Amino acid sequence: MLLPSKRIIACLDVKDGRVVKGVRFEGHTDAGDPVDLALRYRDEGADEIVIYYIAASVQQRTIDYAWLARVARQMDVPLCVAGGIRTIEQAIACLEHGADKVSINSPALERPEFIDEFADVAGSQCVVLGVDSRAVDGEWMTHQYTGDASTMRRTPRKTLDWIVEAQRRGAGEIVLNCMDRDGTRDGYDVEQLAAARKLLTIPLIASGGAGAARHFVDIFRGADVSGALAASIFHFRKASVGEVKTAVSEAGFEVRS
Amino acid sequence: MSAAVVKLGVGNTASVMFALERLGAAATLTDDASRIAEADRIILPGVGAAAHAMRLLREKGLCDVLARFTRPLLGICLGQQLLYEASEEGDAVTLGLIPGKVTRLPASAQTPSPHMGWTKLEAKREHALLEGVADNAYAYFVHSYVCPVGEATIATAEYGARFSALVARGNAFGCQFHPERSGAAGARVLQNFLSLPC
Repeated sequence: MLLPSKRIIACLDVKDGRVVKGVRFEGHTDAGDPVDLALRYRDEGADEIVIYYIAASVQQRTIDYAWLARVARQMDVPLCVAGGIRTIEQAIACLEHGADKVSINSPALERPEFIDEFADVAGSQCVVLGVDSRAVDGEWMTHQYTGDASTMRRTPRKTLDWIVEAQRRGAGEIVLNCMDRDGTRDGYDVEQLAAARKLLTIPLIASGGAGAARHFVDIFRGADVSGALAASIFHFRKASVGEVKTAVSEAGFEVRS
Repeated sequence: MSAAVVKLGVGNTASVMFALERLGAAATLTDDASRIAEADRIILPGVGAAAHAMRLLREKGLCDVLARFTRPLLGICLGQQLLYEASEEGDAVTLGLIPGKVTRLPASAQTPSPHMGWTKLEAKREHALLEGVADNAYAYFVHSYVCPVGEATIATAEYGARFSALVARGNAFGCQFHPERSGAAGARVLQNFLSLPC
């Protein structure tokens, strides 16, 4: 049987109109212009682009829709947006300005029904649940408002329980960001992602920790995720999307060429 | 030359409009039955679930318009599924322009559902919609239901099961993938549709 192709997803963390990248969600540094980077990744073969407005949830702001439309207008690969979308109206506005999917995170933790309501209106295929997770006393726990170190907080929800609940509520995809790895470039959290993968029938996307092309091979081998998302490895040109895809393909996985 | 893109409730129709804009095609996003009936061609982008979409089409008086339309009509994603006779999704009776029933994509450990990602197209026959599209080109799919392979099938794709990825019957055309998000191959399919004689 033909196996599904693995997705390589480039994420742009955007703050005040610029792409930024920090280590473990702190100390953001400038990584360039969002439109330029989105187009560069598209040209390098990124299977999907995620635009993540990192400070939006924290500052109770939402997406600049006109700006989103400017990026979407030029994209011929899928585009997902995330960051501070807390109402159905905002989620729909994202779709109507050219996003294909909307990723919700902190607001879904505040009010889980948001997942059901969004899926009912737009269909599960548009609903991505982003989860920021880190081990606390030996248990993977979800975290909220991670866009800023001063507001970040742990929630009482266990990560593995939460993703199963989100799937039941109608999420079409889970992006599991393993915070202890985020920005470290030490590799994805294979253990946590493999545990999550076993519980899901919807696609799971790995996030946090990619620092070399071989890390993508490791996570596809170790956790069989549908895709792997990365930011800094691409921004700082540690590896290009094309180099990652070559490595993944040479390891025997199907990737879009 | 003008294409009408059917506005059906909530969805990423903006993506389709942007793709048409990139191709330099004149297009109008509308749910107005008379404007749609008069268009040179119609694009029906699929959003949401089959039963809900059919209800909206009926409310807007569009079922008859689509059924009677004689110029090229392209259904995208759910739009393709609506061209068939029925769908398991909400037990919907659909437009019936292509014989067959849409069924749920079987999910498995290796193929999570929805099918969300890039999958190769495999041509079943020559067709103007595939002109200039490399065989085995990748296209971007997002769906949980699939159209059967039959006489209308131009190209198939495989994800858990083999299904119709590109179809044509009379003036009705469909693509299960999203041509607006499928890179150069998708743009070519859209361009080919826009170039079909009216």
